[in-house]
Formats: sequence, C-alpha cells, structure tokens
Amino acid sequence: MEVVIIGAGIVGAACAFHAASAGLGVTVLDRGPVGAGTTSRGEGNILLSDKEPGPELELARLSRDLWGEASEELGPQSVEFENKGGLVVASAPEGLAALHAFAARQAAAGVRTERVDRVGEFEPHIAPGLPGGVHYPQDAQVQPVLAAAGLLRAAVRRGARVRTGEAVAAVTGTGGRINGVRTADGSVLTADAVVNAAGTWGGEVGSRLGAPVEILPRRGFVLVTEPLPPMIRHKVYSADYVANVASSDEGLETSCVVEGTRAGTVLIGASRERVGFDTAMNPDVVALLAAQACRLFPFLRDVHLLRAYRGFRPYCPDHLPVVGPDPRVPGVLHACGHEGAGIGLAPGTGALITAQLLGRPWRGADPAAHTGLLPDRFLTTGGVPT
Amino acid sequence: MTEPRELGGHAAMHEPLGLVVVGAGPAGMAAAATALDGGLRVALVDAGSAPGGQFWRHPPDDARDALPTEDLHHDLRTYRALRTTLAAHERTGRLILLLDHHVWTAARAADGFTVHAVDRGRPPEERAVVLRAPALLVATGAYDRQLPFPGWDLPGVLTAGGLQSLLKGGGAVAGRRVVLGGTGPFLLPVATALAARGAEVVAVCEAAAPSAWLRHPAPLLRNPAKWAEAAGYAGTLARYRIPLRTRTGIVGAEGDGRDGRVAVVRTASLDADGAPLPGTERRIEADTVGVGWGFVPQLDLLLPLGCGLADAGDGTTAAAVDAGQRTTVPGLYAAGETCGVGGAALALSEGRVAAVSVLTDLSAPGRPGVRPLAAERRSVARHRAFARAMAQAHPLPSAWPAWLTDDTTVCRCEEVTAGAVHAVRDGGPATDHRQVKQLTRAGMGWCQGRMCGPAVHCLVAARTEPYTPAERLIATPVTLGALADSVDSPTDATSSEPT
Repeated sequence: MEVVIIGAGIVGAACAFHAASAGLGVTVLDRGPVGAGTTSRGEGNILLSDKEPGPELELARLSRDLWGEASEELGPQSVEFENKGGLVVASAPEGLAALHAFAARQAAAGVRTERVDRVGEFEPHIAPGLPGGVHYPQDAQVQPVLAAAGLLRAAVRRGARVRTGEAVAAVTGTGGRINGVRTADGSVLTADAVVNAAGTWGGEVGSRLGAPVEILPRRGFVLVTEPLPPMIRHKVYSADYVANVASSDEGLETSCVVEGTRAGTVLIGASRERVGFDTAMNPDVVALLAAQACRLFPFLRDVHLLRAYRGFRPYCPDHLPVVGPDPRVPGVLHACGHEGAGIGLAPGTGALITAQLLGRPWRGADPAAHTGLLPDRFLTTGGVPT
Repeated sequence: MTEPRELGGHAAMHEPLGLVVVGAGPAGMAAAATALDGGLRVALVDAGSAPGGQFWRHPPDDARDALPTEDLHHDLRTYRALRTTLAAHERTGRLILLLDHHVWTAARAADGFTVHAVDRGRPPEERAVVLRAPALLVATGAYDRQLPFPGWDLPGVLTAGGLQSLLKGGGAVAGRRVVLGGTGPFLLPVATALAARGAEVVAVCEAAAPSAWLRHPAPLLRNPAKWAEAAGYAGTLARYRIPLRTRTGIVGAEGDGRDGRVAVVRTASLDADGAPLPGTERRIEADTVGVGWGFVPQLDLLLPLGCGLADAGDGTTAAAVDAGQRTTVPGLYAAGETCGVGGAALALSEGRVAAVSVLTDLSAPGRPGVRPLAAERRSVARHRAFARAMAQAHPLPSAWPAWLTDDTTVCRCEEVTAGAVHAVRDGGPATDHRQVKQLTRAGMGWCQGRMCGPAVHCLVAARTEPYTPAERLIATPVTLGALADSVDSPTDATSSEPT
C-alpha cells in the first residue's frame, strides 16, 4: 500500500515512522522544511496531567508509552527526551480540592498521580505559601524539532521518502476513491491513501482533498529565558491551566506554565488567543506571562527574557483531535487538530493511523478503542461539517 | 506601564507625541531634528548613554572632558549642530530624549504604534516604559558581520566595530599589537584610530583585490568626499607604517596557553574566490585581532511589525523603503543602515527625508520646502550608488568556509561547531539557518544568532540568497521582573496627562 502523508510536522513524522515500520510505502509531502509550523513553536510537552478522562486521554496514554519506545530507538539524547514529571499546584485551598478531585478521576482512568502536600520539597525555588499540588510522574518532554527530524530520519531508513511540495488536490478514481495527490508543480503522487497531517493548516488541506474539517488556529506565546543552572525540576503549572486548555472562550486566556530545559533555559507559557493567523507581537501578553511566572517562581524576577516565540495551535470545535478515515472521500484520513498537545499525541496518532490503514491493531493502537476521535463526529448525512 | 522619567513640567508635554524615533545615531538624530523643526513632538530613544550611535559614539556627557575622543571622529560639526537643535527642543519639552533606554519590542496599535523599552539609567534597577505615537521611525543601524575561523573565539579576538566602540566610547585601547582583517573601507578608520591611541597595528588584511574599486568608477567619481577620506586614511597608514595587505585573510588565531588570550594570528593570501593559497601562510605575533566583514542591518524591531524586506546587494537584507523612507507598513519609517549599509552621510540624508515624509503624512504645519527635500533625495541616491559599488568591491569571499575545520566553533553562545552544522546540512533536512538553529541550537544563545546567523546562512543556503535574520520578538534581553512590574502598575502617560 502506498501512503502520502501531507505535513512534515511532528504528527506527519510520527505517521511516517509507524506506517513505514509496518511496511507501507510512505511519501511525506510538505511545502516547507521539517517541523517548521506549530511543531517548532511549542515546549515539546508530553502530558497526561492536563487531560481529563476521555478519548484524548486514552490516546495520550498510548502515546506516552510509544514515546518511551521511540526515544529508546532514536536515542533519548538525540531528541532531548526528559522524563521530568509534572507538578500541578493550586494557588488557594478551594482550588486544591478541585485539583484533587480531578486527579482522582484521572487516576481511575489509569494515570499515575501523587498528592503533594509540601510543594517546596518538590520545587525548592517555588513561591512560599502554596496549599499543595499533584505530581504526575509520567509527564515528559522532547525537543520537538529534533524529535520530528529523528522520527522522519528513522522512517526514511525504513524506505519512506520526503518531498518538498504543496498538495493542491486529490486525484480520485472509481467510486470517488483517492488514487493520488496533485502538487502545485503539476506532478501527481499516486497513493492508495492520503493522510492529512497538516496541523493548523489541516482545514485547508482537507478542503483541497474534498474532505473539509474545521480546524482553527489558537495563538500562543512562549517565553524563553537566559540559560541558568538547574532551578526548576518539573514542569510546573497552576491548576487553572487545565480549565484554559479545555475552554472555548473567545478572548485572551493566560495560565502559568514554567519549566526548565536540558539546555538550561526556562520556558514560560501559556497564552491562548483566538485571533486567526495574526502573527503580531502582543507585548501585553508577554508581560502578563512574565508576571505570572514571577509570582510562581520569585527568583525569575532577576532573570532575563531572551526570546519569545508564537505559534498557532490547531483546534477542532470540540477540542479533540480528528484521527481516522474520512467517510466522504475513501482513502483520505485525517490526523490533525491536536491543539497544544500534538507533540505528546503524535506517536499514538501515528500508530492509530497505521492501524486504520492496516485494518488491524498496531503497536497497541486498536482502531476500535479510539472511535471518539473519528471525523464522523462532525459529519451530518449531507457530508458537510456541522 | 510607567511614563519616562525625563518628562518635565513643560506645557508641550501635554501634547501627544507625533513620532517615536528608535536609535539616536546620525539617521535618528537628523530625523528627530527635522521632525521637531517641523512642529512635531518627538521621543528619541537610544540604548546608549549619549546620542550619536556607533558613528558618533561618545563617552557619557558627564565623563567627556576626562576622555577626549574628538580626534577619532568625522564631521563633528554636524553632530554638534544636531545636538544643539535637539537640546533646544528638549528645553521646550517638545523632545523627549530617552537615553539608556533599551527597546525590546514595538507593536501596532489602533492609532499607531506602541514602543516598549526598559530604562537602565539607574542600574541595577530596570523599569519598563511604553511610548505611543502615530508614527514610528526605526533607525537602529547595523552590527558587525562576522565569519568564523579557527581561534576566533579566543579572548582578544574582537569585531572591528567593537574595537572602534571601545575607543570612541571611552578611549580604551583593547591591545598593544593588533591585526585587523576582513573586508571593506571600515577597516581603515579603525586602523588609524588604534594607531593614534598608541597601538601597534601590525597588519590590515583586506580580502578584496586593490583593483576592485576600479570596476565601478562612476559612483566613486560622484563622491569626491569619499576620495578625500580614503586619501586621508592612506596618509595616516603610511605615517604609522601600517601595512595594508590586499587579497589577504586572517585564517586562524592561536592562544598562548596561559590566560588563553590570542598570541599568534595566521594570515594567508587568498585566491579570487577567497580560498587560502597553499604556501602563503604567515604567523604574526599579536595580542588583539579585529575582524569585520561589513555590517548586517539591525532589523529586529521591523520584522515582527511585518515590514517588507529588500536585497541590500551585499549579502544582507534591509528594510524595503520608498523614496520617502516609508516602509511597507503604514506609519512605519526606516532610515540609515536599517535600509542597507551605506555610512553616516547617507544616514543623515535618509533621516531628514524620513522626517519630511512623517511631517507630510501627519499633515504637520512646518514641513520644509520642495527644494531642500530634492537635494536630500539626490544625496541619498548618490550615496546609495556609492554603497552598492563598495559592496561589489568588497564581497564576502565565496570560499571562506575553506578556513573552517570541523571543530571550529560557529555559534559561540551554544558552542556549536562547523561539523555539527555540516552534519544537519548534509545528513538531513536543514536548508536555512532557522532549521540549523532548531536542530543544533546554533543561534539560540545570548546573542540570538546575531553573531553566527550570517555565517550559518552562508554554510547552508543557496549562494545567491541574501541573509535574512530570524524574527526576534524580543529585540534585547529584558528582566522578567521589569515586565511583571509593568503589569502591576499599568500607567502610560507619554501621550496624555502625566500621572
């Protein structure tokens, strides 16, 4: 079977890695370089802590295991895989009760959680007086562009090809079944299946393939400090982050996410704005993120902000990724809409797409267990997104 | 955010700002003076402790008598005239001169722009300041273009511009025996200034051939002042017996093994492409090396604003401007080296032209007549043509990577070697310096690729493609505390009643 994967971000790379591992013929097509979109604009989170029980958490748990395997194969150093663990802290006693209740539901769904009463013992430089938190030992991190490039290189070793070009249309045969992709330069890549892994641009690519899905951008800024000696051990964030991740509010939301990296820099997030693809700098958001981080870790006041980057998270209206075959165009599969969780969910998505292509489970991914992510959920009988 | 503390009690400060000028070098000073004369209220912001930029870099005003630097400068008459004009407007409150203010970003707002700076005038305090105006002029100049060579990361190896800044800013001589290398006319004033301050300039290694200037004689002939300047340098070089070696490059430096400072410089004759000719290498004892391969326009504030770029003709990109120095973003202007490196005389003319455009676009009452503007525009055209001829006479030698060994450091901040850059180029997906950064960390450190970006670009990109810096949303490092405080006390009063 020949598969064209549109998008060389982390999700496309993971799809290529698993599909090539399963012996499928794989061509990855991207209009730009590897991981140049949202992949390069995030912290590289592999999180269970911020996910409530449901289809996304199921994919995240599978994906967490597959990240462990993939990083062993690629070399944990080469992708800067770090099993750092997450620490979610509450800022007030009421918040702590809600956090504990949330963690209990996650634990029932198979997530490892540990109650932390004295957060200062976990994070010596954290602000004093915080009532408590929850430790999530499975939370981890990779350097996302290194990870995408590493997965893609491993796929190429298994016979996959990488092509620069822009997909403009599907080529369909009898019964509307896809048999290739036409690119902007007029050439056709023949394929038995096409995977839409175009991330934030997945809506547009879906339309070009005759299988539109609603993927919208949600802008975020991340701040990066000067390199420091290790000061922050875990990914530390405030409990309101979870509420923001799941929120559909129009306006600006910021929550405090702070973590150290292997390179010594401290990463500070996270903002969410629905402003389309507006690339403008927002100094007020940057200042707000700085203020929240200084409240959580007071030593940061004297630390220099070195750079900031912004990206566009791809989200579906119900904040779940869309993974699976599109019933309108046989042979088209979607693997996009991962919002801010694309790095963490990538290997699970790649394995699930591969399982769907094979028609049988692959590396622990059973299509029957992840039906909640299928594109069908957006479709009415008329075949248009509702 | 807080208002600038320089605001006094003048009636003029109740007027809104018409223009913010970032950069108080020749372009910014000339632009501010013209805009003020035309009736606008102006904020002139600079990171330095005195106006003048790099060209007219001075010690702080209160230290000037103790540190005479006048003999190191050119055209101080114009500098003094501009300072007199600016001082007069400062006294009436029409000019807000903000020195020691580091602008970390600028953003579009509903009625123009916000310019975000931190005031470092009273260290260690750092205080966030925001300015608002309908028009913004970015005159942030340029910085030295560096090409790595084995040993360029040793103590004692500086940029040519850095050596000059030390001299002009405080009269400091960086070393006793100096070798200069690179390409371009800027090496000559650095050599003569060092010699005038008592350093022994052992050699000036110019990569270009001496005949290169003759390929484009017309722009040279139309700029007689440049001939006179060159003749002056030639005389000074002869007086101090400084050898100018053309078609010669610095291909390595070695430390002395004690404090690690540079002790020996290796030079070689270069072929037409810039590759070292076998058997021509010389070892020269020196304690200081100054290297400059021209300059890179400082575009950090312009890129996030969406400003269009143009090929500057010297391997760099610059802000794209029209004949009135307007960028592609309405209300945003650029002048001086941000529009392509061309020297102070060009910067002065561009600054004046830009200010006239601002006055016109804002319908200010006092814009100057047509004739002086036409003269400034002719001056811009003449100097631009000269700059293009200079760029063609002093190209980056295409074979410079031949100096590198696999273990030569390319990115000093993150200690990334040439071998690592070559590996991601040859073995994988890197086709531009941004990709190299993601895959190797080259350009992720303190300088954010300002030092290594052009070199990494040359190593991975197509030869004809000019270097475009990566977008930097944070133009200069700023403490998180200063930003945090700006949220806690969100007052902003430069364009309204002071609080």
